[in-house]
Amino acid sequence: MPAAAKMTRKDFVSSQDVRWCPGCGDYSILSNVQKVMPELGVPRENVVFVSGIGCSSRFPYYMNTYGFHTIHGRAPAFATGIKLARPALSVWVVTGDGDGLSIGGNHLLHTIRRNVNLQILLFNNRVYGLTKGQYSPTSRPGMTTKSTPQGGIDYSVDPIAFALGAGATFVARAIDVDANHLQEVLHRAHAHLGTAFVEILQNCPVYNDDEWVEVEDRKTRTNASLVLKDGEPLVFGNEDNRQGIRIENGVPSIVRLGDQDPVAAGIAVHREGHESPAYAFALASLTRPNFPVPIGVFRAVEKPTYETMLQHQVDDALAQRGPGDLSALLRSGDTWTVEA
Amino acid sequence: MSPTKPVEELDRVAIRFAGDSGDGMQVIGTKFTESTALAGNDLSTFPDFPAEIRAPAGTLAGVSGFQVHFAGERIRTPADQPDVLVALNPAALRANVEDVRPGGMVIVNSDAFTVKNMERAGYAEDPRPELGDRFRLVEVPLTSLNREALRDLKIGTRDADRSKNFFALGMMYWLYGRPVESTERWLRGRFKGDVLEANLRVLNAGIHFGETTEAFPISFTVPRAKIQPGHYRNITGNTALAWGILAAGKRFDCSVFLGAYPITPASDVLHELARYRHFGVRTFQAEDEIAAASATIGAAFAGELSVCTTSGPGFVLKQEALGLAIMTELPLVVVDIQRAGPSTGLPTKTEQADLLLALYGRNSDSPMPVLAAATPGDCFYTMIEAFEIAVKYMTPVAVLSDGYLANSSEPWQIPDVESLTQGAIVQRTDPEGFHPYERDPDTLARPWAPPGTPGLEHRIGGLETEENTGNVSYDPQNHARMVALRAEKVARIAQDIPPIETDGADRGRLLVVGWGGTYGAITSAVEEARADGLDVSAIHLRHLNPFPANLGEVLKSFEHVLVAELNSGQLWRVLRAEFLVDAKALTKIEGLPFKVSEVRGAIDSILEGEA
Repeated sequence: MPAAAKMTRKDFVSSQDVRWCPGCGDYSILSNVQKVMPELGVPRENVVFVSGIGCSSRFPYYMNTYGFHTIHGRAPAFATGIKLARPALSVWVVTGDGDGLSIGGNHLLHTIRRNVNLQILLFNNRVYGLTKGQYSPTSRPGMTTKSTPQGGIDYSVDPIAFALGAGATFVARAIDVDANHLQEVLHRAHAHLGTAFVEILQNCPVYNDDEWVEVEDRKTRTNASLVLKDGEPLVFGNEDNRQGIRIENGVPSIVRLGDQDPVAAGIAVHREGHESPAYAFALASLTRPNFPVPIGVFRAVEKPTYETMLQHQVDDALAQRGPGDLSALLRSGDTWTVEA
Repeated sequence: MSPTKPVEELDRVAIRFAGDSGDGMQVIGTKFTESTALAGNDLSTFPDFPAEIRAPAGTLAGVSGFQVHFAGERIRTPADQPDVLVALNPAALRANVEDVRPGGMVIVNSDAFTVKNMERAGYAEDPRPELGDRFRLVEVPLTSLNREALRDLKIGTRDADRSKNFFALGMMYWLYGRPVESTERWLRGRFKGDVLEANLRVLNAGIHFGETTEAFPISFTVPRAKIQPGHYRNITGNTALAWGILAAGKRFDCSVFLGAYPITPASDVLHELARYRHFGVRTFQAEDEIAAASATIGAAFAGELSVCTTSGPGFVLKQEALGLAIMTELPLVVVDIQRAGPSTGLPTKTEQADLLLALYGRNSDSPMPVLAAATPGDCFYTMIEAFEIAVKYMTPVAVLSDGYLANSSEPWQIPDVESLTQGAIVQRTDPEGFHPYERDPDTLARPWAPPGTPGLEHRIGGLETEENTGNVSYDPQNHARMVALRAEKVARIAQDIPPIETDGADRGRLLVVGWGGTYGAITSAVEEARADGLDVSAIHLRHLNPFPANLGEVLKSFEHVLVAELNSGQLWRVLRAEFLVDAKALTKIEGLPFKVSEVRGAIDSILEGEA
């Protein structure tokens, strides 16, 4: 077992053959996670990957760490139990749009709300893959699938807005094939104390190909996405088409910049640390085709984590009452002796 | 106690306190029980209350009752019929009076018998004259006596009236010669100022009233019971269960994780353990039943002594997660404190109808050991044994309690904690030759290798695993072997289960089989029948999967087998299928425990004519 600092990507590759469809975005995500792992300085034995059910949830089998492939939608709850039992572990939840936001929406909500120190990676391909192509809660309304032959009539849920609504302290979005940016976001997620929620836009070449092609394709990415950088104005677009986002009364609009200074033109300056989530909600409302897709960290604020507060309660109880004395407890209150 | 009134000695007495659900009947029932325990009697209690927190006052739906049975000899049930009923209003009278032993004492709050209250209780006319013919009716103007006792206190009528339960309690303390000190101590710890003063005053006013009133010409005494020498306390099933979890943590020197979601009648276990963080217990109130089970399984994977507590509707929701715990062979205990169903059913009433769910309630072949506690105090030991099985055999274990055991109480001999402090958890640390699904040749348990252990990194999950390596496998022969291995592992637990012992002769005409919280009623009925010369024995099963190895042999040693349970015949079905015995069933599904007389009646009808 090599020391943590000397590990490489290979140390995190398990012996199992990877069995996603050719061209699946999951390959790229897996490769980038394996690349980032040795850079985090966490001993391999302290890393746990927890998943639910779905294509993305096969992820733990391919990581040479501890892993738990659990049941549909419940991975955040399993991960919470693991983290509360062993707070020193680095626990990563891998889920998808169906697993995390449909059957598991409740657990995602409450885990984020509690701010348990976990990384939650939600692979969003806007379709059910493993069950062969039904629409998911993030599918665009009207999408035609096997279960919606006349088009879907569900309104979709936005993962970023969902996480913000649950009170997330860290919310980010990355793209499966944008390796450098994805790695940067994974580093940030790991460094964050509390629940770090990362939506990863992921392509399903079989059931929903090219869903994110505008932001995945290098040729269109610059105009179709907005890379969020803390302290910098919300500017996007090719050099000959510089544009910015202005936010007034919580409502975003696009400003064509030309040669103008973005700040002078009233373009919002990105700040991850706003105490109110209102600004991040405004960013979350930016969707295609009218707006670029924001990529990066929407929100990063600090709040005590659940497991830290639980440990404080344990410490306080020990400090105030000393280690529990079972014999004294059994004899507490009214007791009596029956003589022989 | 009055020196001027005679005292009569009784072998045993059962008293039922009944009033509105906001009248404090559970409180005075509990206080009377504690005082009775300290008086050295054996006892058994049965709290019976509605699911509504404050049902409309004065209605039958809102009546809350607490029955306490105490004796100078060994008793095992709260008694079929109360000898005394204390009814605080007409509804409490109407809901309970027909249960009272004919000729028994019925004490009513005569102030509460207004036309309006009687109408609300459904009485067309005043029932007292008629009841006076069948029972010894004692009318006490409780409300006015209570107000009178508090006249000079600066306390409103409403608050004054709230303390009348303690006036009634004081009266009963005098009538049965109970010590008052433990109740006074409790009141002092609980209340302050005028409220404390009011409660103390009416408690003693009740005692003095008993002494002086002509309504009670004599008082009674029940001698100390001759029970096994030792140090005792009174305990409910839920407290014993919670403390059993603490004891398991101590026995294995391991911190404990409890995942739970609030549900009647299991929430008390969560409440109790949430107070003991200094015992190394982490309680987690999850967002739902599924999350509670999932987090508990996560903690088990991470190496904690893990348990989740619930009742029927929650137990159903946990089954998929339990299937995963069976598949991944992780040690944890899941407690189902059964209540009357189906669906929401009767949340505060008892039943034993989740046995088949515990045995077979998951998809595919997914065997899980099942234990059941027999008495309130036995919940303590059942929990310890469940953890022993879980960690030794690497399996989830189900423990069945029920609403009756949960809330009723009995004197409990306090165990010597040092005698429990043995037993070690074996967690794998050596990476040499490690495979996640290698097996102990004796128990077939796989190694417990929690995350954080260097060199043992491995993956587990719900997909079928290859024998030994634990890799995902779709091989048909491997699947058949793994199904058989999981079954064999649970079956081998029988090697640790002592042979079932028969209460009575080892063979004969009739064997009564019971399990769980019916122990008291069945044992009392069988002993009574034997005392009357009937050829009847009994066994009471704690281990419902696997069964004790000699069970089939014992069943076949009797001409008749009667399976008594509070469901429509669940164990009965299993025993017939498993052992091909022509067993008969005694079932009851009223949300209430067996009466001794009901079990006795079934015994008599099978053994008709023999005496």
